[in-house]
Amino acid sequence: MSKRKAQYASKLKRATHLLFYKRHTKPGVKGWELRKALGADYQKVLKLLDDYLKTLDLQVNIVFEDEKNPEKPTPEQLDRARFYITLRGEITPKESKMVGWRIDDLAGLAITISYIISKKGKATRKEVEELLREKLPGWKVSLNIDRYIRYGYLTEDESDQLYLDWRTRAEVDQKALIDLILSK
Amino acid sequence: MQSKKEREKTGREKLQRIINTCKSVEERSLDPFLIDVKTNINEVKEYFPEWTIPEDLCLDAETIHHVASVVKLQGEWVKHRSTSLYTDPFLLEEKLTRLTKTEIIETFVKAWHPIIELEQITLQSLAEATTYWLNLLPIDERWKENPPNEVEIGSATREELVQERILRDKAFSEELENFWQELKNRVQEKGENGRIHYWDFVGAETYEETVHRAFMTSFLITYGYATLEIYPLEEETFIKPHEKLETNMSKKQLVSIPIAVSVEDWMKWKRGEPV
Repeated sequence: MSKRKAQYASKLKRATHLLFYKRHTKPGVKGWELRKALGADYQKVLKLLDDYLKTLDLQVNIVFEDEKNPEKPTPEQLDRARFYITLRGEITPKESKMVGWRIDDLAGLAITISYIISKKGKATRKEVEELLREKLPGWKVSLNIDRYIRYGYLTEDESDQLYLDWRTRAEVDQKALIDLILSK
Repeated sequence: MQSKKEREKTGREKLQRIINTCKSVEERSLDPFLIDVKTNINEVKEYFPEWTIPEDLCLDAETIHHVASVVKLQGEWVKHRSTSLYTDPFLLEEKLTRLTKTEIIETFVKAWHPIIELEQITLQSLAEATTYWLNLLPIDERWKENPPNEVEIGSATREELVQERILRDKAFSEELENFWQELKNRVQEKGENGRIHYWDFVGAETYEETVHRAFMTSFLITYGYATLEIYPLEEETFIKPHEKLETNMSKKQLVSIPIAVSVEDWMKWKRGEPV
């Protein structure tokens, strides 16, 4: 193996360790951390890793600080962005149990996210609770919303408005979700 | 025809109603186009000449502020509608309520790519943890309280206390009385008309000593042992000792007079130049 290849193989391993293992309270690694650990060419290393993960149905996902993904991100935007490993393809409803979700709770999450997207990214907690109460037992509704907030799917401000949070931006293809619901 | 007071009252009510409607749109994420901005602005304009007191003008400004917020929301609404993410919320809500749980799950999992995160112990981290554990002192040793140093009770001499700067060499009042006596002697030797030039009294061989003397002099004056005579035009300051301690000083209007005792002034005094 050439010296250059060996260097990239070593960087690939380091990137895998950084991205797969949870190092902070939130999963994922900031761009500047990757640059510090892997060097200035960390984007190239991540591209190699992403190609490798394709065969395993996984991908390297970038979530930028601002909601919209820039077409050509600047080094500063990349530094502030968070990088995750996510599933590339789809999981089956049965598999969702392996992720640790009960079907009711996951359905509630799906409804909440879709509703908030349709309301331009914010909705009152009361509205969401009313919507969930149609199909979930009343006592569970508020508990579930609190759980979605705790996991980072939603966030709530002091005037009881719910917004989508970092985990939704990392895990959910919002456009695909809305298109799928409308096509049903 | 409405009287001016009635018109003002109606105007206030109308502005308040506009504010409330705008607020409900802002807070409840309602369609901002429910508000007819043009009509509202015309109403604000119509009543504007009536306002004379600041409270009414504030109400007018607040109304304009809320109408402006609604215009901003309308802009955002149009922007959102033009994006690919726009969906009619009512249509979506309708769809969501019609879908069964299974259908919702089937749909969601197609757009959901959960984060992969691992929490796993490795052999290396176990080895590091073991080494740490072996080097770690038992908790009762780590948290052991340091017993206070036992000191035998004894007696200290006055000299020791002066050395530790707990006591001064002399009692302050005693020192002040001696200083007063020194002032009187100096005035007798070098003074004129029962007074001495301030710098001729406080000036000493070293700057530190000079500062100390200036400090003591300030107490002589404050406590009524002496007084200052200041001639601003000549820029001269004299200190004049009282023959007897004047204890009724506090009854008079007291003034503070700052006198700078700088190194430059002290040097001038040393060289015999006027300070």
